[in-house]
Amino acid sequence: MSALKIKKGSNKHSAYNLRPNFSDVTERHTLAVLVDNEAGVLARVIGLFSGRGYNIESLTVAEVDHLGKLSRITIVTTGTPQVIEQIKAQLGRIVPVHDVHDLTVEGASVERELALFKVAGEGDKRVEALRLADIFRANVVDSTLESFVFEITGTPEKIDAFADLMRPLGLEEVARTGVAALSRGV
Amino acid sequence: MTRQMTGAKIVVQALKDQGVEVVFGYPGGAVLPIYDEIFQQNAIRHILVRHEQAAIHAAEGYARSTGKPGVALVTSGPGATNAVTGLTDALLDSIPIIVFSGQVPTFMIGNDAFQEADTVGITRPCTKHNWLVRETDALSSTIHEAFHVATSGRPGPVLIDVPKDVQFANGTYEAPTKTRTSHYQPQVKGDMDEITKLVDALERAKRPIFYTGGGVINSGSAACQLLRELVDATGAPITSTLMGLGAYPANGKGWLGMLGMHGLYEANMAMHDCDLMINIGARFDDRITGTIDHFSPNSTKVHIDIDPSSINKVIRADIPIVGDVGHVLEDVLKVWKARGRKTNTEAMAKWWKKIEEWKTRDCLSYKQTGKIIKPQYALERLEALTKDHDRYITTEVGQHQMWAAQFLGFNDPHRWMTSGGLGTMGYGFPASIGVQLAHPESLVINVAGEASWLMNMQEMGTAIQFDLPVKQFILNNERLGMVRQWQELLHGERYSHSWSESLPDFVKLAEAFGAKGIRCDDPEKLDDAIIEMLEYDGPVIFDCLVEKHENCFPMIPSGAAHNEMLMGNDSTGDAIGAKGAVLV
Repeated sequence: MSALKIKKGSNKHSAYNLRPNFSDVTERHTLAVLVDNEAGVLARVIGLFSGRGYNIESLTVAEVDHLGKLSRITIVTTGTPQVIEQIKAQLGRIVPVHDVHDLTVEGASVERELALFKVAGEGDKRVEALRLADIFRANVVDSTLESFVFEITGTPEKIDAFADLMRPLGLEEVARTGVAALSRGV
Repeated sequence: MTRQMTGAKIVVQALKDQGVEVVFGYPGGAVLPIYDEIFQQNAIRHILVRHEQAAIHAAEGYARSTGKPGVALVTSGPGATNAVTGLTDALLDSIPIIVFSGQVPTFMIGNDAFQEADTVGITRPCTKHNWLVRETDALSSTIHEAFHVATSGRPGPVLIDVPKDVQFANGTYEAPTKTRTSHYQPQVKGDMDEITKLVDALERAKRPIFYTGGGVINSGSAACQLLRELVDATGAPITSTLMGLGAYPANGKGWLGMLGMHGLYEANMAMHDCDLMINIGARFDDRITGTIDHFSPNSTKVHIDIDPSSINKVIRADIPIVGDVGHVLEDVLKVWKARGRKTNTEAMAKWWKKIEEWKTRDCLSYKQTGKIIKPQYALERLEALTKDHDRYITTEVGQHQMWAAQFLGFNDPHRWMTSGGLGTMGYGFPASIGVQLAHPESLVINVAGEASWLMNMQEMGTAIQFDLPVKQFILNNERLGMVRQWQELLHGERYSHSWSESLPDFVKLAEAFGAKGIRCDDPEKLDDAIIEMLEYDGPVIFDCLVEKHENCFPMIPSGAAHNEMLMGNDSTGDAIGAKGAVLV
């Protein structure tokens, strides 16, 4: 576990860690869920969200510890503080879930997302797209005479901003991975 | 110790090693190898039900009445889908059961094979956990893990889907080990700081109340003993949910009766007016709280629950304690005693005086006049004539269930089996079969309504085949009584499809199955008829013809608070407002 840089058990007694103020304000939280990499585990997590009416803004999953057969699911969700606490508690009682971390409240964290943008155009628009891609530190991973595929990494906000800029320049298709996130420091 | 054997044999061996004595099931193509193994041994008794739903409810009845997990075995496809209602029922009431389902062979999964269903997909939201076992070598460890998951933490149903080729193939059997390898280890000890806060609040409380639920019974008989000790030593009143009846004795001095929608006036008023509410193993269900906005507005709320997701789900807890009821109560008692067994005696005496005033409302009163049996009277007589028996009660769902909870007294845990969370009509009869199997010498009565009872009446065959003297006490009002009551209160007395048309002659029905049928429609003959039922050595269908339009009171109307109960003699015209009408 320690190799994965996850503080173990810091959210074990979620009921005790409630913030005193139960406001009605909707918050955005990034949750990191460590699960056994077994058949159906993603369906359990998604089924929990759909069955109980919680939101999923973004979800990524991949095996992160091959020997320990553990996968990490990163979920960006929204809800009032009470709903967020309930989501964490409900996730925690799924049997193959080992740990649930709320990166939004457990200190500082970094969030990154990768996206691919296909932009088609000619002349000035094509030059402008390339110039903006350079500013955003996007890489060209495919190129034809009529199109580029850009690869960009960053926070979801940065990728949103890049999408806004590409739209008038001939944006054809977007593929985004969803958020991957880790807490800062050790 | 490891041995080589077929998957089917592994299933039976694992059940033996887990101490299973009874399996409720129904055979079919995808479980034939397991049935073949069952045929060749005598350690485990198989009870053939007449419908898979009944197998699950019977396993639930067995589990609730013994505290041990119940086991069921069904085939693939329709066998598994028929089990879904029972699984959901067990999930909502936290009953430990292990269900084995057959599956088409692994190489045919996904091909829409005959009697194929995505059983783990279908049952994922209605089990605590489930497994599809693709390799025979993984079978024994999965079964042992399944027993661990079903019975530890907040108990619940689990399902193991076993493809037919896995049952035929040879694999390694591993016996269960004492040392737990599972990472699933729910917290059982409560936080001592919070426990101290609870004791502190208890010492100072002027108007405390214990509000207990099924979690106390699930925690075990030691937890029930500790609860009794704590309640009696502090002298505080106690009320309980439908699921928790019997954890504290109905003849105990602190007992206020059940609370909630059809709970007792004094219990609900005390919940509303208390200054300290100690919730032990209950979950603030909507049948309990009434409208949340007005739920017990001036109390400090303590919530003891083994499931962290129960805490702050509905009602915000001021003192949350995650842990097993037994462990937590032990610590609470220890701390409370060490600090000198203090309570606010003076204020408590005043509190009890108030409660005694509420009791004088006599909220369960009814009038038995004339020639028609009132359902309340029938249950009062049943209670009087059976309370000294070694008695277990199951129920179906509806008015009769609420009356049974109001009029029957339970002095011990595990004596009362009812479908609380899911409200499953058809639960009681198969559950009574499971209970009777676990307690062959005891009196087992299913208090039923005629409509609920018909939903699983095929189990008469099971009762006769296995010689189970279950008593089916049917309060027959030829109505879906609770539906009818709501239509009266909420839908302008338009009784849409809420009467029982074309009912069978229950006496002849009993005789057709080889059981005894008794009909009674005269209050004066009721006692004799009940005694006749009790004295008959075999299953009985007791058709008790009761008042058709009796409503179940007291009642917290939908959308109302605990202190706004409707009583039997109140006008009910506009009891439920527009906001309450959308609630169930």
